[in-house]
Amino acid sequence: MTMQTAPTVPSAPSAPSTPSTPSAPVAHTFAERHALNCQLAQMLKGGVIMDVTTPEQARIAEDAGACAVMALERIPADIRAAGGVSRMSDPAMIKGIQDAVTIPVMAKCRIGHFAEAQILQAIEIDYIDESEVLSPADDTYHIDKTAFAVPFVCGARNLGEALRRIQEGATMIRTKGEPGTGDVVQAVRHMRMMNAEIARVTTMRPDELFEEAKRLQVPYDLLKLVHDTGRLPVVNFAAGGIATPADAALMMQLGAEGVFVGSGIFKSGNPAQRAAAIVKAVSNFTDAEMLASLSENLGEAMVGINADEIELIMEARGQ
Amino acid sequence: MLSANSSTTAAVPESPTVAVLALQGAFVEHERKLTQLGCKTTQLRQKADLQQHFDALVLPGGESTVQAKLLHELEMFDPLQARIASGLPVLGTCAGLILLAQQVQSASDGRAVLDSASALSAFDESTHPASPVNGFRTLPITVLRNGYGRQLGSFVAEAVLATRTPSPSLSPAAENSLPAHTQKIPLVCIRAPRITALSSEVQPLIMLNDEPVAVQYNNQIGCTFHPELTDDDTIYRLFLKCFNEQKQ
Repeated sequence: MTMQTAPTVPSAPSAPSTPSTPSAPVAHTFAERHALNCQLAQMLKGGVIMDVTTPEQARIAEDAGACAVMALERIPADIRAAGGVSRMSDPAMIKGIQDAVTIPVMAKCRIGHFAEAQILQAIEIDYIDESEVLSPADDTYHIDKTAFAVPFVCGARNLGEALRRIQEGATMIRTKGEPGTGDVVQAVRHMRMMNAEIARVTTMRPDELFEEAKRLQVPYDLLKLVHDTGRLPVVNFAAGGIATPADAALMMQLGAEGVFVGSGIFKSGNPAQRAAAIVKAVSNFTDAEMLASLSENLGEAMVGINADEIELIMEARGQ
Repeated sequence: MLSANSSTTAAVPESPTVAVLALQGAFVEHERKLTQLGCKTTQLRQKADLQQHFDALVLPGGESTVQAKLLHELEMFDPLQARIASGLPVLGTCAGLILLAQQVQSASDGRAVLDSASALSAFDESTHPASPVNGFRTLPITVLRNGYGRQLGSFVAEAVLATRTPSPSLSPAAENSLPAHTQKIPLVCIRAPRITALSSEVQPLIMLNDEPVAVQYNNQIGCTFHPELTDDDTIYRLFLKCFNEQKQ
């Protein structure tokens, strides 16, 4: 069977042993599981994934129309304020959120921390975010995501980072932005950079792709796929600093297929109303009149930190 | 079926315009498939979009909670429900099936899965349990959301088209254009719902392990899997036949 939308990703050295789930009627090859994980990301498109820290917040997010929630102990703005080492959340806390909602639940592990990822897989998380928001556990290696049955989303600032993460097994990409700032400038920069690089690759002669693959430090096969299709081989969301319906609409018009909203919702004056407004803004991102009415009387947005004023640059983590 | 009175059917456009609900989810994939099959497509994102002409409707996969909420808040729910109830051909896949179902249950922790052997029960139209999803309720079935659990329970399988009893809506000619009952149809199930009960008027189209995964009820076809993600067109052909026969 051929999957119409499944990206062609180099086959893993060996098929990982998929944990048997009682209800799955068939065992899956790596390629099948990989396709299913890419396809879950396709189902999230046009949606808003919201950071939540408690079951109550998770229910508010679900009621407001979140297509998934990201369970974490502290939202990025608080991680930034608290400093120190930031780790995977307590599994009990994540389970509490899994029990509170019926939409997919994601959680973050540290870059390179495959043991945290194994734990998240053991509690049947729907998506793992190998995230620069947490303190990196490995300054050289990312997780070999092909060794897991659960899907991974990873941040990327440019085409090279995105294709390296996809080669490692990520089935969804998001811009890094600069988390916890409420400043959208980095997410915009990363999305524009990705678009520009993809556009450039599509205009290249086939013989130029070999050199470009070398320059970007990415596998030739993945670059060829981008050249042929004019897009990333997996779904690409915007993340980092999105705080208003207008921010969300901006990112969608720049080509994001959906948005992550981290600190922007539960650091604002009226989370439920702001969350619902951002959801509507994403589904009607070109209708300026609707965006105007959605933006009215939302109360205070998160205060925000100018991305130029911060000392801890999370986006530089994991390249 | 072309006949002497074909002049009366000349008003029917040769390629139907199929509206795809485009509030959230995998709607682009449906548009691509429909275009390949010769349909025109249009997106429904807000109330004003309902003013356009369309001959049929697709409710795509995605999150049913999000789609239902936006349908209501953007004031698209009542007009669409009225059109479905009055015979607009509609195809609901995964979340779209949940939007059509008369009764919806949620496996609240996502882990409460059924014993597949005893899953199917009689559909009781008289009960109206509280629903986690405020959908159209036009298809007399009960669905269990996340019926196979979380993403680790997502799977791909194959099944054949069920042997059909004489169909109210399919002519022998239409039936002949569909794949033989031995051809395997790929079933991509992503955090899929399960049909746990169905009215006797609902016809199972595809069975997987003795459970229906695609059903038809008059103008409505629903499936728990994602035909928009594979190369197989069986569900779309059934859907478009349904549309064409209704026009004749």
